[in-house]
Amino acid sequence: MSGLRGAASIAGAGTYGLGEAPGLSELEITSGAVRAALDDAGLALSDIDAVFCASVTHNMGSLTLCEYLGVEPKFSDSSMLGGSSNLAHVMTAAMAIATGQCEVALVAYGSNQRSVSGRLVSTSRPDPYEGPYAPRQPITSYALAASRHMHEYGTTREQLAEVAVAARGWAALNPEAFMRDPLTIADVLAARPISDPFTVRDCCLVTDGAGAVILAAPARARGLRRPPVPLLGAAMAHWHRYIASMPDITVTAASETGPRARAMAGVDISDIDVIQLYDAFTINTIVFLEDLGFCPKGEGGRFVEGGAIAPGGQYAVNTNGGGLSCCHPGMYGIFPVIEAVRQLRGDAGDRQQPDPQIALAHGNGGVFSSQVTLILGTEAAL
Amino acid sequence: MAADNAVEGPERAFFRALAEGRFMLQQCGECGKWAFYPRAACPHCGADALRWRAASGRGEVYATSVVRRRPEQGPPRNVALIDLAEGPRMMSRVDGVAPEAVRIGMAVTAYIDRSGDTPVVAFRPAEAAS
Repeated sequence: MSGLRGAASIAGAGTYGLGEAPGLSELEITSGAVRAALDDAGLALSDIDAVFCASVTHNMGSLTLCEYLGVEPKFSDSSMLGGSSNLAHVMTAAMAIATGQCEVALVAYGSNQRSVSGRLVSTSRPDPYEGPYAPRQPITSYALAASRHMHEYGTTREQLAEVAVAARGWAALNPEAFMRDPLTIADVLAARPISDPFTVRDCCLVTDGAGAVILAAPARARGLRRPPVPLLGAAMAHWHRYIASMPDITVTAASETGPRARAMAGVDISDIDVIQLYDAFTINTIVFLEDLGFCPKGEGGRFVEGGAIAPGGQYAVNTNGGGLSCCHPGMYGIFPVIEAVRQLRGDAGDRQQPDPQIALAHGNGGVFSSQVTLILGTEAAL
Repeated sequence: MAADNAVEGPERAFFRALAEGRFMLQQCGECGKWAFYPRAACPHCGADALRWRAASGRGEVYATSVVRRRPEQGPPRNVALIDLAEGPRMMSRVDGVAPEAVRIGMAVTAYIDRSGDTPVVAFRPAEAAS
């Protein structure tokens, strides 16, 4: 075993209440996803002995969720790393399983923020050095990064729009996705401006929804209901919290986590069959494709042109429709993991890729701040 | 209100200086690098040796955005990241030109905007600065 390669496998995955789930509390939505993941794995609630949960409203997320579910865990983690939290939890869960701290770990997230507030919920305090300038956060931070990327590399407004159009194309193939109507580059450009260069269609959705995955040691996972999805590699890093402290706002710590995760997994870029990225904004997909090594720095805009990451294109990127068109209940990190699992198990319906063996799931937290990369595979790839 | 025995930390000291009309930055007496936002210890070398210095006020626009609002919420406003001549980068805005006319690479000069409840560091295009 190299690092966490083969330390744990995802034995079950589930979603609940994606899009709009009026009338349900955050914990009711989340427990729906937990039930779906347990059913998927063929496990019972009593099998869970570790819980990982970050919440945008409960700052002791795993305590709240465990009490709600009726679980008394041997290991518990509410770590908040923004939208990358759930991918970090998968990494920590693998470490806990590998060192015998627990046997069956639940990673869960849910929010009803679309139905409750209609806008992104954040518990971050206003920063005294940002607040006076009234940026619309987190949107403006990413818009600033996009402005610099356009300036340095000639990335165009239309190339940003390509990302949103591709995501919508995938969403059209996913019955769970919230926005599935056709979308064109012209539609994206003509949409309501939010923070230049972004219009509302460059920004992720605000939806309700929950997701959960169950992890166990590979041997345990093998005896369960569905094909296990082993963790092959994992890495995390962050270099800043607020955008003004990001060393170069066109380069994220994904440039560090991508190579580290791939080295642990022993896979090259060309081995990766499906790519699930945290696309909070259109610039994210472009920057992560660069930083994770799919194209050179600065080439991301040209890389996505001509439908290259849309259905039928050269690369299967965000095949569920992403945060831009599938769902984004405040933090999206559990969903790239779930979509990777579905693709690797052949469960992805109309959007299923032909026999993928290796998937990359990448999470982003804060404002291009926390980066977590996971490499997942089939049993054959282990 | 702060208690009589309250220590003035770097954050409070920065905003007090600003209220008195001075834009101050910290420079490390150990490694010589500058820090912004204000810290208790140098974020470059960890030394407890930060000293207040008057900022030159010179800077360059590193990135820029225009925050758009619904008409009833007010006009569009600029938000920019400014690279200070001393090295650190800060969030601010550029006044004196239309928010859309702010360009990356534009030379800017700091001033203290006292029009709001609390004074803030803002910038103007260097050629337009008085």
